[in-house]
Amino acid sequence: MSELPQIVKITKVQRETGEHHTLFFNFKAEAAPGQFLMVWIPGVDEKPISLSKISKEELAITVQCKGSWSKRVCGFESGTKIGVRGPYGNGFSTEGVKKAIIVAGGCGSAPLMPLVEKCLVEGIETKFILGAQNAKKLLFKKELIEKLGDNLYITTDDGSEGTKGFTTQTLEELLGKEKPDCVYSCGPEIMMKGVLDICQKKKIKSQLSLERYMRCGFGVCGQCVMDDLMVCKDGPVFSGKTLSESAEFGKLTRLKSGKEVSLKEFGDWRQC
Amino acid sequence: MLETDFCGLKMKNPTVLASGVMGCNAALLKRVAREGAGAVTMKSIGPKEKEGHKNPTVLEWEHGLINAVGLPTAGYKNAEKEFKELEKCKSPVIASIYGSSIEEFTEVAEGIIGFEPAMIEINISCPNTKREGQIFGTSPEVAAEVVKAVAEVCGKIPIMPKLTPQANNIAAVAAACEQAGANAICAINTLGPGMVIDADARKPVLANKFGGVSGPAIKPIALRCVYQIYEAVSVPILGLGGISNGRDAIEMAMAGATAIGVGSATFYRGIEAFKLISDEMKTWMKEQGVKSIKEIVGAAHD
Repeated sequence: MSELPQIVKITKVQRETGEHHTLFFNFKAEAAPGQFLMVWIPGVDEKPISLSKISKEELAITVQCKGSWSKRVCGFESGTKIGVRGPYGNGFSTEGVKKAIIVAGGCGSAPLMPLVEKCLVEGIETKFILGAQNAKKLLFKKELIEKLGDNLYITTDDGSEGTKGFTTQTLEELLGKEKPDCVYSCGPEIMMKGVLDICQKKKIKSQLSLERYMRCGFGVCGQCVMDDLMVCKDGPVFSGKTLSESAEFGKLTRLKSGKEVSLKEFGDWRQC
Repeated sequence: MLETDFCGLKMKNPTVLASGVMGCNAALLKRVAREGAGAVTMKSIGPKEKEGHKNPTVLEWEHGLINAVGLPTAGYKNAEKEFKELEKCKSPVIASIYGSSIEEFTEVAEGIIGFEPAMIEINISCPNTKREGQIFGTSPEVAAEVVKAVAEVCGKIPIMPKLTPQANNIAAVAAACEQAGANAICAINTLGPGMVIDADARKPVLANKFGGVSGPAIKPIALRCVYQIYEAVSVPILGLGGISNGRDAIEMAMAGATAIGVGSATFYRGIEAFKLISDEMKTWMKEQGVKSIKEIVGAAHD
């Protein structure tokens, strides 16, 4: 059994927002929320993408039509073949968690959807803060309303829906009133740094899903290194404790060449 | 029992992290040292910042890995921070350099000698770039020319060319390098290039189409190369290629290697591979009544 990509056919494409597409495919794998696949478009490129749906029958990824690779993926219809290998990395853990707050920024809600599913199955009391630049970019809003009702909190940068402002402000408000066992988050790293800082201050455990440019996906090449951690294998989900000791989290990332750059200079990797 | 002196490098055991594996930054190299590597090799540093190939770049096939990463590098001008951080590394640090001409090799060597790495590996054997490396390691004359030029720049810092199994006569290349001033020989780099095609996709899988083959599949070739080199040179050898467990490492030592490189094994056994391999070597040595690893270096020779 090798780790080479397996060619699978896309069975369904779901348009989520104007710029987010979910691709379903049959790929039998034991996957945990927060894990990712290396997704190969033959002849084009391969990227690490978190699973946004996990079931026995099928898996799905959600892609933001942003870069040249993802724009291509967004043009795919049912029947298109893609290569997938994985799942890789450590997912989110719900061990000992009875009460959770989940914070998603932009397309960060993609890897958090299977976590919501898991929380509901396990009877974990779950609140979800969904943030985006504007109302049009709120990914998985409908699904989250169906699943969580009043426990969904929406924020937009421009106030076009929900509370105007950032997810971190809503998190701080919620944490003023309650104490969850764990805060889960995925989104722009600058936002997650804010989430971590708030959780550390309140002494609440957290788990955050990170991204760095990856090559092998299985902990050999070292490309996705952050401090002495390989995001692909030691992560992509890290505990707040680990990240609070990191010199690079929220500050630095690396280019394809391996050259260090500040996150601000770089923008953000995340393509969903 | 496993203490090794390799060209003046004092190592707690003979395992060495191979270049191109986990070697992108100082912090991870230091972790590999803490996890048990006797020495660590940085990812090859080139003359200018370079992105490398598109993905897929590293794959596991049935009997090993295949890669065409394309020598990404921040360039030697951006290497200072990593070198400074590596001063606190628990194990000796080997820097690795590449260039696409003799001038570039010496430029990079000159650019990093100030950081005083314990040793400089000269990558004259990467099969993945059309200009860089390839031509140098296949010819004894050209390999020697690179080694001579780099030796002139490096002064007291030991230098070690990394050879390719693609050479028609790897022993001749090694001997020419020794004559040109190499203080050690590193063999072998990945084999090939090879390729993986996916039948369903009807396409090569690596973006670069071709890539260097490593892992268990190439062990017999690595052993043969090191065996031949041992007979041709008197400088110590860093032997690598498909070493996955203690017994493999013992066999590599018997072929003639003083130090033993570990790369692809980290895929199969994780970052713990160095400690596991060292422990397995010790177990075998105790069983066999071997007191020091030195006793078995070259033991397979007549």
